Amino acid sequence: MSANHTRAPTGAALRVKALEALLEDKGMVDPAAIDRIIDLYENKIGPRNGARVVAKAWTDAAFRKRLLADATAAVAELGYGGPEGGHLVAVENTARVHNLVVCTLCSCYPWPVLGLPPMWYKSFAYRSRAVRDPRGLLKEFGLEIPERVEVRVWDSSAEQRYMVIPRRPAGTAAMSEQELAALVTRDSMIGTAVIAPPSHKAFARS
Amino acid sequence: MNGIHDMGGMDGFGPVMREEHEPVFHSRWEARLFGLLAACRRTGNADEFRHAIERIPAPRHLNSSYYERWLDALQILLIEKGMLSRDELLARGADPPIPAQAPMRLKPMPPRRARARFRPGDPIVARNLNPAGHTRLPRYVRGKRGVVRRDWGIYAFPDTNAHGGGERPQHVYSVAFKARELWGASAASRDWVYIDLWEDYLQAAAPRSSASARRRRIAAVNRRASKR
Repeated sequence: MSANHTRAPTGAALRVKALEALLEDKGMVDPAAIDRIIDLYENKIGPRNGARVVAKAWTDAAFRKRLLADATAAVAELGYGGPEGGHLVAVENTARVHNLVVCTLCSCYPWPVLGLPPMWYKSFAYRSRAVRDPRGLLKEFGLEIPERVEVRVWDSSAEQRYMVIPRRPAGTAAMSEQELAALVTRDSMIGTAVIAPPSHKAFARS
Repeated sequence: MNGIHDMGGMDGFGPVMREEHEPVFHSRWEARLFGLLAACRRTGNADEFRHAIERIPAPRHLNSSYYERWLDALQILLIEKGMLSRDELLARGADPPIPAQAPMRLKPMPPRRARARFRPGDPIVARNLNPAGHTRLPRYVRGKRGVVRRDWGIYAFPDTNAHGGGERPQHVYSVAFKARELWGASAASRDWVYIDLWEDYLQAAAPRSSASARRRRIAAVNRRASKR
């Protein structure tokens, strides 16, 4: 882990405490509202939401069509929406195109369907390399994209927030929507992983 | 600004380090800070916040964790907007505030016409703009040729919105750049980078002439020369 990611300097905790206390004194923030927001992102909003969206797109052709046309409206059908989700875009992997999402300028990410981004997505290494050497980067993630397949990198520079619809793995025709959702990993919805057939459990981790 | 945050295409940050079973927050102060920012809506718009992160001095920016940068940005904005004073923070035992670059203030800019200047399929060149303030036009696309793929509709313009210059609403387009246009021959010939760009970042480009059109033009020039 590079130094700039997990190091928690002693000063930060103190500074946050001071800020929170001051803003609370001034009536600018309600600590209970902070508790609710933390609970939301730690326990309710996360990649399981996106996995449900993907599984539904795999099993419901009309939903898939609506999702690709207007992802914001389509995921709202499942009850998902909110901050960083006002302009969602779903991009679909096919036999010819592999999509990869990045935000080179900061850390834009589709919160309502994927939750808050992992550290690596916000890291300088990922942000700097995804647009220039996506294939080399993906190799480090254990993913080799064949030369005949186009790699399409989405740099989230405006209000659009992207999620990848991974390809449905072979051997899943008999699976229910719920079983399919269990196969869908966070990384497959960013584009740094694909979903292996269910027998290859090693690849199906988040 | 041509800040350290504009990282697309840079080298030197090493491999991407991943963490198994990563928690949403790595410590309670990160969670409190995240909640604080979400709950306290009076610190300005997202463009101002992003620009506050960009204004953190580059060495400090690089040596801070993600949420440490958020913390700096929040503190910068609260002090600049007069919602908190340095003395109040110091009295609570917090570190002295960050010597960030002062914010640039713009006079309100006239709104843009709402009619879209570009349509899907149009060839464009990303302008070579180097504004002193906030921008969402990364260096790696400036001066490069691309193709408009989609019109996303009308959005506030970050370059003015971060600086009190108004929203200057205008169309944002999904613009596709060939990887080789951006990175040269070492990039894979099939690959593309799609990026969302505001209309003010773009100028129309003449369609690139095909090889056959070029051959026809050269043949016509040669014919004229031989007649002379």
